[in-house]
Amino acid sequence: MSREKMLLRMQLRSDPEMLCAVRGALAHLTEKLGFPEEDCRAVVLAVDEALTNIIRHTYGGQTEKPIQAEFRSIALDEDGLRGDALEIVLEDEGPAVDREKLCGRALEDVRPGGLGLHFIRQSMDKVEFRRRNDRNQLRLVKLFRNKGPQKGS
Amino acid sequence: MQIAARHLDKITIFDISGDIDLATSPQLRKAVLHELRELRIPRVVLNLKAVRYIDSSGVASLVEGLKASRDVGSRFVLFGLNTTVREVLQLSKLVRIFEIYENEEQAVAV
Repeated sequence: MSREKMLLRMQLRSDPEMLCAVRGALAHLTEKLGFPEEDCRAVVLAVDEALTNIIRHTYGGQTEKPIQAEFRSIALDEDGLRGDALEIVLEDEGPAVDREKLCGRALEDVRPGGLGLHFIRQSMDKVEFRRRNDRNQLRLVKLFRNKGPQKGS
Repeated sequence: MQIAARHLDKITIFDISGDIDLATSPQLRKAVLHELRELRIPRVVLNLKAVRYIDSSGVASLVEGLKASRDVGSRFVLFGLNTTVREVLQLSKLVRIFEIYENEEQAVAV
């Protein structure tokens, strides 16, 4: 994977029907980049869950709102995480996300819902929320394990 | 996602294929809850062999089915989980709460 390179940019509508197309594109992208199969599935799941959260919670189920998704290869060196990585930034124009509500829920609590954020955190190496220019940004990073990055070193 | 129902003696088997996500999970939820709450079928079985993908909204639908089955005293059974589906259920830490079998023969046996 080359360093600091834009790989893919998508302009999406907040329609659940487009999730399948995004998953397909992302499965091909991660496979082409050489991620192990397990990591391909993890990245696809994380992005799908993040888009689902934007559609359901930020946009309240409205299907015509804009979402931008950018995928870059980067050289990560943050918080003890080092190595080539895939960076994904999802941006929406909804109201500011209440960070107090971003804690997920206890998994011992067996009930429907609340699993999405847990899946995202379990699937990615880095998850960051921020508010910029009246937009919500979610940054997800997955280290490219085949090229010898060192997690937590 | 495609969903088709087969009816055996006191058992409904749903053959599900494709992706279970935000767009399709309401259809699954509606079908499962109808069998359990309206028809009071004693055992509802989900054949997941042809499911390519499931997300948290799909898992939530399964949890709702399980809870509904407990409410009405029925059984809610899954079989044919592929790697993708099994991984997501394991990630949710909910895999232990479901009655899961390898194949249909086991799932419909007493």
